[in-house]
Amino acid sequence: MIEITSLTKRYGAIEVVSEFDLDVSPGESVALWGPNGAGKTTVVRCLLGLVTYEGSITVGGLDAAEHGKAVRGAMGYVPQELSFYDDMTVYELLDYSASLRFLSPQRVDEVCETVHLTDHADKRVRELSGGLKQRLGIASALLPDPPILLLDEPTSNLDARARESAISLLEDLRHSGRTLIITSHHIEEMAMLVDRVVAMEAGRIQVICGPSDLADELGLKAWLHVIMNNGDSATALQVLHEQGFAARMNSRGVLVEVSAQGKGEAVAALQEAGLSIRDLEVWR
Amino acid sequence: MTSLQLEAISERAQPSLIAAIAKKEIAEAFRSKWFWMWTLAFAGLAVFMATVALPGSQVAEFGSFGRTAASLVALAQIIVPLMGLTLGASSIAGQRESGALRFLLSHPVSRSEAFLGTYVGLAAALAATVFGGFGLAGLITVVQGGGADAGSFVRIAVLSWLLAVSMLGFGMLVSTFARTASAALGIAVFVWLLFTFVGDLGVMGSALATRVPTWGLLATAVVNPVEAFRLASLTAFSGSLDVLGPAGRYAVDTFGDQLGWMLFATVALWAVIPVVLAWFRFTRGGDV
Repeated sequence: MIEITSLTKRYGAIEVVSEFDLDVSPGESVALWGPNGAGKTTVVRCLLGLVTYEGSITVGGLDAAEHGKAVRGAMGYVPQELSFYDDMTVYELLDYSASLRFLSPQRVDEVCETVHLTDHADKRVRELSGGLKQRLGIASALLPDPPILLLDEPTSNLDARARESAISLLEDLRHSGRTLIITSHHIEEMAMLVDRVVAMEAGRIQVICGPSDLADELGLKAWLHVIMNNGDSATALQVLHEQGFAARMNSRGVLVEVSAQGKGEAVAALQEAGLSIRDLEVWR
Repeated sequence: MTSLQLEAISERAQPSLIAAIAKKEIAEAFRSKWFWMWTLAFAGLAVFMATVALPGSQVAEFGSFGRTAASLVALAQIIVPLMGLTLGASSIAGQRESGALRFLLSHPVSRSEAFLGTYVGLAAALAATVFGGFGLAGLITVVQGGGADAGSFVRIAVLSWLLAVSMLGFGMLVSTFARTASAALGIAVFVWLLFTFVGDLGVMGSALATRVPTWGLLATAVVNPVEAFRLASLTAFSGSLDVLGPAGRYAVDTFGDQLGWMLFATVALWAVIPVVLAWFRFTRGGDV
């Protein structure tokens, strides 16, 4: 459905995406994962024809560079942050987006209903919270009921509650049969939202794998900051060292290095030793 | 899941999409405090000029409408270019900076449609400002008993709008090059100074001092769209170009009755050239 071959993007002498190859099947959900500057957003911009590129992108049998309008007609795009058209109301923005796709105002009402924006339809964009802005971006992308959705860091600017709500909405979209391409640097979301992860670093593909294999494939680590009850940090440190964990003490508790997707192992080791944990924090 | 086969559609600009974008631009302009600041400033000054111009009409060289028009030309040649340039300069660069341009172009909309829609919308907003100001001034003149030269007055109003549209094109051209809206605005103010003051005093003064031939002096004048507007407007209500001295007399002698339309056509040409360059740059230009 989407075939990307030898995609390369340069800004002057700097290559931000290098020899990127990816095939996405219909209904598949794929994440472009990596740190800031990895080239994820640039790949999405290439798909939308917003930037020039070398290589080829084919969507539904059409070359994206040559048939930009037809290709974009099949896509809905959710920007990282909707920080424009501040004086428009939710309804006005969606009506404008609908008019650019020759859709009726009735479709705007339907989509508002779908993403639970009906009660906010008369609010100006600048009055919306980050979560509502994200929903507005998704609503705009859903207007044409597109077979493909491109979501650029859909949860990056959200607080915990809004993030949970957005993930729930994105899970629904995943199961609606659409093809999803999501950029993200949150590893935890990947397992819930995608079938495959394309890990990128400095514009190149590091690995393509299932979301549950990503941490092992890349050897991703996190630091767990464990605060013990009864000031039992010294005992906790000893237990963790005996179990083979790299750990050290700080003024509040114990810092233990864990696999990015295996944080529970350290917690289980402490509990099995009969130690009581008061609090936990994940450091990256 | 069945495989998706897309059908190719025409990449040519569709008038309905241009109209949809223009409609949004007009609505945004009407919501903008800058637009209302310009509109009220222009209309207020135009009304003031019309009010103070009429009482002196018995001793003036021109009729009442002509005198009001002369005052409005002086006002328009300063304010209208600044209005058009700043509006144009903040358009593309501002949308690019905020992410609105990426959002717009993520729709099945071509760059031509995005550019033309923006241009048409802003040109319409400028029409509201310019014709509103001239309309109010004209109304006051009629109410106070002036009535002659209405045709010339309308012609000057149209010339002012063409000047505004020309400067809008220059502003949008600047906007396609600038990385940020503030950089675009800075360059736009410099271009305004160049057209309004340096062009008038510097180029014309140098041309006179270096004994440029009379036809050369006339050509030097119309190369500057603001100067072309001033000459076209003066011709519209006085029929002479005495402000240009020998070059003005040369122009009247050489082109006769055709001079007025020739200068009008020059201003109209200036309304087209910069926007075509800006369109070319934007549609062939690189990344958004």
